[in-house]
Amino acid sequence: MKQPIYLDNNATTPLDPRVLEAMLPYFTEKFGNASSRNHAFGWVAEEAVDYAREQVAKLVGCTEKEIIFTSGATEADNLAIKGVFEMYQEKGNHIITAVTEHKAVLDTCKHLEKLGAKVTYLRVKEDGLIDLAELEAAMTPETILVSIMYGNNEIGVIQPVKEISAIAHKHGALFMTDATQAVGKIPVNVNEDGIDLMAFSAHKMYGPKGVGVLYVRRKGPRVKVTAQIDGGGHERGMRSGTLNVPGIVGLGKACELCRLEMDEEAKRLSALRDKLESRLTQLEESYVNGNRENRLPHVANISFKYVEGEGLMMAMKDLAVSSGSACTSASLEPSYVLKSLGLSDDLAHSSIRYGLGRFTTEADIDEAIAITEKAVNHLRELSPLWEMFKEGVDLSKIEWAEH
Amino acid sequence: MAYSDKVIDHYSNPRNVGTLNKDEKNVGTGLVGAPECGDVMRLQIEVGADNVITDAKFKTFGCGSAIASSSLATEWLKGKTVDEALAIDNMDIVEELALPPVKIHCSVLAEDAIKAAINDYRVKNGMEPLVLEKSHH
Repeated sequence: MKQPIYLDNNATTPLDPRVLEAMLPYFTEKFGNASSRNHAFGWVAEEAVDYAREQVAKLVGCTEKEIIFTSGATEADNLAIKGVFEMYQEKGNHIITAVTEHKAVLDTCKHLEKLGAKVTYLRVKEDGLIDLAELEAAMTPETILVSIMYGNNEIGVIQPVKEISAIAHKHGALFMTDATQAVGKIPVNVNEDGIDLMAFSAHKMYGPKGVGVLYVRRKGPRVKVTAQIDGGGHERGMRSGTLNVPGIVGLGKACELCRLEMDEEAKRLSALRDKLESRLTQLEESYVNGNRENRLPHVANISFKYVEGEGLMMAMKDLAVSSGSACTSASLEPSYVLKSLGLSDDLAHSSIRYGLGRFTTEADIDEAIAITEKAVNHLRELSPLWEMFKEGVDLSKIEWAEH
Repeated sequence: MAYSDKVIDHYSNPRNVGTLNKDEKNVGTGLVGAPECGDVMRLQIEVGADNVITDAKFKTFGCGSAIASSSLATEWLKGKTVDEALAIDNMDIVEELALPPVKIHCSVLAEDAIKAAINDYRVKNGMEPLVLEKSHH
């Protein structure tokens, strides 16, 4: 069976064969526990972890001691937000985040609200960016943390991280960012960006699943988080649990490859993405969602009006993409990210996210364009809304039976 | 989510896609659902002299299950009398297409569309509209 073209690299990326090669020995002959201090098996594992820590630190411009290995970005988000809330409760209980954050941040904040946190959820503008004046206005003396993602997973917009961290710091709060979609794709430097805590994950940058990082600043200021998993005191006491040595080795290698190849790769991907977008927006009534200036190079989110996203994906079975349509989620609600841009529900239902990656070729994009055009045209032939639109019926004037 | 073979068949080869002249007296049109909810079905029937449905057409904006449900409905409608058509239950569609629980609303919408089309036909021909139970989805 021919595999579909994979354009869902925001969900996960394939493992780079070079990463796999680096990992393999650590499953077999180099199987030691990195905490075993008294024999060669442990030393070999520890050395590999130390080396990976350097590779990771180099990608984001920090020191090795500031890298805490976790099971992924979700755990890192939890550790950062819950850990700061616990550690800094004498200073205050106010956290600021945004409505377009990943659920790992939003649900963590909701959890903390039950434990007495006050959380402000900033709205975003039509282009997906937060309003800096609104952030400034939301800051209070009790604000301990501002948590705003770096690049959005659904629409790819990049928040003005430097400006956000400056506002947080001016008011004495820490700045945390979920940079899962950004690290390895665009230059991220914790010092230039003023980041105090940062979560990211290996499997979004051609590394393995099950391993991620929380960056925790050590100097200016020295940031502390309360551990959320207790045990052997690994990772400077912030995250106990035997280190996932093969995973960490893979993460390190993935970071190194991204660092070396990022500039050219970003250029290549944004050219492919632009081609995809310019061709698909030639279809009538199709719209690009989100800010087109400040965004990740590999993401395109397009709404094809009058066709429904899940139905469309079914017609594009040779393409692996995702949709903001309700039908693809358990909740039957369309994407909250798209809705928060002010997109009407019907446009959110009609959206497709294309996530390009390292192994996406120009031929893939040409085929994706052809498949999408054919599917959109086919489904519009089936769509009563398209027929009404073509007849000049104003759909907003119809009394729909909401169900 | 994996679709059943029957959903895929109706989705890939939808039966009776199209438009009947809604101004004809013997054509009943049902338009149900809402764009905001991600599914809109338009189902039309053409009724012959002996109260038999001689043609049925649909167009649907929605997911694969919604398209398959309406395609199947048009297939079942043809050749039935209007009274027989009223007896079509959404659970028959669920069973035939093996719809998972999360897609049951698609079958409910198809049943609503059938009833709405029949009511449109009845009103056009001087009959009282049937009082329909408000379906819950």
